[in-house]
Amino acid sequence: MERTSNLLDEALAETTKNRVVLIEDCVETSGAFVLHHLMKRFLSPQSSTCLLIFVAFANPFSHYDRILRKLGCNLAMQKDNKRLLFFDMLMPQCTDEVVRKTGQAGLRALYHKIHKAVEMASLSESNRDIIIMIDDISVMEIAANGSSDDVLDFLHYCHTLTTQFGCLFVVLAHEDIYSVADRATLLLQMEYFADVLVKAEPLPTGLATDVHGQLTVLNKSNCYGLGNSRNKVHNFHFRLKESSAEYFYPGRLT
Amino acid sequence: MAETICRSLRDGALEGEHAAALTIKDSIYSPFGPIVFNHVLAQLSSFILAGKSQSRALVLITLSQSPSFYADLLKSNGIDVASSHKWLRVLDCYTDPLGWKDQLAESGSISSSSPSTSVSSSLCKDVKNLDRLFSSILELGKGVIGEEKCRFSVAIDSISEMLRHTSMASVARFLSNLRSHGEISSVFWSLHEDLHESKTSAALEYMSSMLATIEPMTQVANGLRESTENIPLTEQNFNRGKLNTRLKRRNGRVRVVCEEFSVDQSGIRFKSFSSEEAVAQSIVPKLQFNLQLSEKEKNDRAKVVLPFEHQGTGKSIEIYDGRKPLTDETLGVKPSNVEKVQTNVASGSGDIIYFRDSDDEMPDSDEDPDDDLDI
Repeated sequence: MERTSNLLDEALAETTKNRVVLIEDCVETSGAFVLHHLMKRFLSPQSSTCLLIFVAFANPFSHYDRILRKLGCNLAMQKDNKRLLFFDMLMPQCTDEVVRKTGQAGLRALYHKIHKAVEMASLSESNRDIIIMIDDISVMEIAANGSSDDVLDFLHYCHTLTTQFGCLFVVLAHEDIYSVADRATLLLQMEYFADVLVKAEPLPTGLATDVHGQLTVLNKSNCYGLGNSRNKVHNFHFRLKESSAEYFYPGRLT
Repeated sequence: MAETICRSLRDGALEGEHAAALTIKDSIYSPFGPIVFNHVLAQLSSFILAGKSQSRALVLITLSQSPSFYADLLKSNGIDVASSHKWLRVLDCYTDPLGWKDQLAESGSISSSSPSTSVSSSLCKDVKNLDRLFSSILELGKGVIGEEKCRFSVAIDSISEMLRHTSMASVARFLSNLRSHGEISSVFWSLHEDLHESKTSAALEYMSSMLATIEPMTQVANGLRESTENIPLTEQNFNRGKLNTRLKRRNGRVRVVCEEFSVDQSGIRFKSFSSEEAVAQSIVPKLQFNLQLSEKEKNDRAKVVLPFEHQGTGKSIEIYDGRKPLTDETLGVKPSNVEKVQTNVASGSGDIIYFRDSDDEMPDSDEDPDDDLDI
């Protein structure tokens, strides 16, 4: 399948190293497809120097394997090629580890694993792009016994990896599970330290058959003077298909 | 005013007073706190380097960015980082705030070498212990200024991170210890207001002699953010905002200055509001319309020619008021009518006298009410 540039790729074009990408979604519109899109992009033959470290809290390996195969990417093979490192936190032994060592200790153990993997990868081959992805912060919060502070500590340490080793760090979080009163803590903190914010929302006009929702991409790193500042806010609609997704500006559906 | 803030920090503490303190406060609607912090840091650094300020050295406590980030920042502001060992110390609470990396290094699974930076930094592995943090700040500060009788400044890049690790009470004690210490000239820190309760930010504002609040240019209505309806608004607030500065004097006098800023690749630029705008701001703070006219707009308005008005094409404008034109009178109309009327009045018989003011007046229906208009 030909990988052509689309609006999402364009919006994220400058997002390569040293960045934190936060994907925010809601019940009506799942943002998981952005994650799949990025997974495929980093594992494609074009970017052969990438190492993807995927921490799965929400779905097991078989789920991602099935979806990515439809998109034309074989996860099992990538795993064998040492381009994908999959931490399946739903496996019984992993869950035990996180739950048994209550809260912080579990996340610390997870961080230690990630740090070791990143350091090994950067030592073995210089100039290697490392991407760390976490598929659901909300489930991670549950694994940490609801302590958002522990999750933030963990995220902070992952942030140090981005500056130390030049990793890209991608996380997904649900926007609407936090009430107005306590959204102050976790989600706001994450928005403060994210460089790029990708928001998946339903259309304001309601459900449509040919448009499944809209994406808003806010590249905050531009205002730190690190990139060019044109197109600060990208907004476009998308339509999900069985084996791909279409992105288009409002009203430009072909 | 950003200039005033930097000058006050430069001038530092008076003898027998607490150190000057600045809180930089922002919210997610306009998250430019770190950028303003960086600006103040760079300004103060250049003052210290030029020997203009009361403090001779700077201790920077990093919680949200790595020391190498600040080294790059100072470099890009044209400050000589190579000589920084003479005046700058960094206390690195970013790299390993809870000692997780330390544990990993002890078990031998990773190399313990911390990333090298061009600024001299020392690692803090337990942020929760503020007493130890305090003593290491003093140690670092005294290490730079040596035995001389002079002062140093302290910068904390995110008090929000610190508040997350410890309690409000201990942070307050930590800050007031810093302020009352005799060798400290000025302290400044940045705070994300919406992460904390309002009493927390109020407590921090009490402890600071200056407060810089960053606000979006246009307020977002009813707390909606970045949803479809206000994308233009988000874009508007994306690289600019307002800086409200409150300066408190020793006697309690308060001065408030409002300023505008914009952020681009080259950094942050401040621009003062013009006085007229400031007045409009104070009366109608949350209005999106401009109710005031500028001088130019007033002049332009005076020049506008309304439609259907006599355009004055050379001739003098004549408006018919029911009388004969003046020119006819001068030609000599017989005064007979006037005399006749006068005799009637003299008879005094009580008749109603109808006096037509003009002989050739047409009946009323004939009068054109729009005669003065050029239709």
